[in-house]
Amino acid sequence: MSEEAKIGPQEVRHMAELSRLEVSSEEEGTFASQFAEILGYMDVLQEVDVRGIEPLYSPVSHEAWTREDQAKAVRSHAEILANAPKADEQYFIVPKIV
Amino acid sequence: MNDLLYATLSNVSLLLQKKEVSATELTKLCLERMQATEAKLGAMLTIDDEGALAQAKVLDEQGPDPNKPLWGVPVTVKDVILTKGLTTTAGSRMLEHFVPPYDAFVVERLRQAGAVILGKANMDEFAMGSTTENSAYHAAHNPWDLNKVPGGSSGGSAVSVASGQCYASLGTDTGGSIRQPAALCGCVGMKPTYGRVSRYGVIAYGSSLDQVGPLARSVADCARVLAVIAGHDHRDATSSPLDVPDYQKALASGQLKGVRFGLPKEFYGEGLASDVASACESTLKLLLEAGARRVDVSLAHTHAAIATYYIIAMAEASSNLARYDGVRYGYRAQAITDLESLYVKSRSEGFGQEVRRRIMLGAFVLSSGYYDAYYKKAAQVRRIIRDEYLAALEHCDVLLCPVSPVTAWPLGEHANDPLKMYLMDAYTLSLNLAGLPGLSLPCAKTASGMPVGMQIIGKAFSEAQLLALGQAMETILPHIGHPSL
Repeated sequence: MSEEAKIGPQEVRHMAELSRLEVSSEEEGTFASQFAEILGYMDVLQEVDVRGIEPLYSPVSHEAWTREDQAKAVRSHAEILANAPKADEQYFIVPKIV
Repeated sequence: MNDLLYATLSNVSLLLQKKEVSATELTKLCLERMQATEAKLGAMLTIDDEGALAQAKVLDEQGPDPNKPLWGVPVTVKDVILTKGLTTTAGSRMLEHFVPPYDAFVVERLRQAGAVILGKANMDEFAMGSTTENSAYHAAHNPWDLNKVPGGSSGGSAVSVASGQCYASLGTDTGGSIRQPAALCGCVGMKPTYGRVSRYGVIAYGSSLDQVGPLARSVADCARVLAVIAGHDHRDATSSPLDVPDYQKALASGQLKGVRFGLPKEFYGEGLASDVASACESTLKLLLEAGARRVDVSLAHTHAAIATYYIIAMAEASSNLARYDGVRYGYRAQAITDLESLYVKSRSEGFGQEVRRRIMLGAFVLSSGYYDAYYKKAAQVRRIIRDEYLAALEHCDVLLCPVSPVTAWPLGEHANDPLKMYLMDAYTLSLNLAGLPGLSLPCAKTASGMPVGMQIIGKAFSEAQLLALGQAMETILPHIGHPSL
């Protein structure tokens, strides 16, 4: 992993882009060295033999169930829009798209 | 007055039910305590004087109700748990003005049980941290030594319980965030089995790891709060359909004679500070004297747990926190003309550094070319770690481990070294990977006067057993008293 995961400012910019985040030029260096150190530490996993091991994504042991697909008015329009940074009485408002 | 401030929840509940103290009197007492101590402690992000007093007044008018196990009891709630009409920030600027339109399941349950919610407890931003220094608002301070951290991320919850501001608090535990601050502040904290408590209305960090649980002053108090918040909720698909046992009743059955305590050797080696190690030894000695048995067990992949945990937690965080886009709720950057910049600027300005760090690393381990090497591999190692826990628990009744490798450390000590901070979670986070329950309880105070906690860990849904054993341990362990403030 460490061979592939050489972390420099360019990689940090790529990670930021994937995350829809912006990193200042001062932070780029800090993050690069921190990420290199953290991902370097993750190399410990390389030594673990996982052949034939199924990934465990959740500790849930019960069967998932389904519910009736019914429309319900759980919350009002006004309640949902109340926390919007910008809205009119009907919609969330964002900058012009087209 | 100190007697009442530092009483257990169970004891104040008796006084409330007998009308020896009213809900209003007790609420006022706690609010005054907050007023007097908050400048030093920083345990709270929002104090709801008005709401709490109104709630207490209604309760007093109705009169005590023996069917409401928290009737009139003042509590605090970690600010990652939604409270209808009461600002919920998750410790982040991103949600500075967020007022939830609904209560989390656990808050609904608290209200039904008659609790008085005093306000929202301080925490590391989005529960990412182990000291509460990552709060976007202010750090919290350890009541035993104000220059030290209270632990985290549920640091505010632990401080409010340990300092006499309330009788119990709800925290969340993704990698130790209930157990570790409980240990560093000298209170009892329980991380229930994954699925025992509904996550409905809990702001998500690592969805396969997060679990709500109580922090309180005694094991019996934890049992009482857990009984209130545990149970099935159809709004959380990971919520377990299993019946909730009677935890109060189970407490009486606790005894130590013949109980096999498993000691994973990997938790007692390098990295464990000598004062914590000797507190653990004294605890074990007391248990053996009380008739318990020691079983040596091994959790061989403990060395890989930190890496496994952080890969999974960061991956889940990067996905969960994608919802903060400056559109539907939360912070929005100003003077933006296109949608892409709206997302990027709002997120970059609204999230603190540790949150951005974890989102970026999470996006990286999930990204094309790295997914198999990091995320999938971590999920495979997760199964190995879980299976090792289950195997170890075949040889003993519970595992007995330290909670934190050290006692509370000075504020600012590791603030610029994220990896060092992650390593501090070595003894708590593998439990979350396995989804098992753990109970952290105070076992000693060091020569420098700082509390030490130990945890007992059991099989999935063995909370009743852990609480019963925990209470039996409590009777033989030294009482650490309370901090003088």
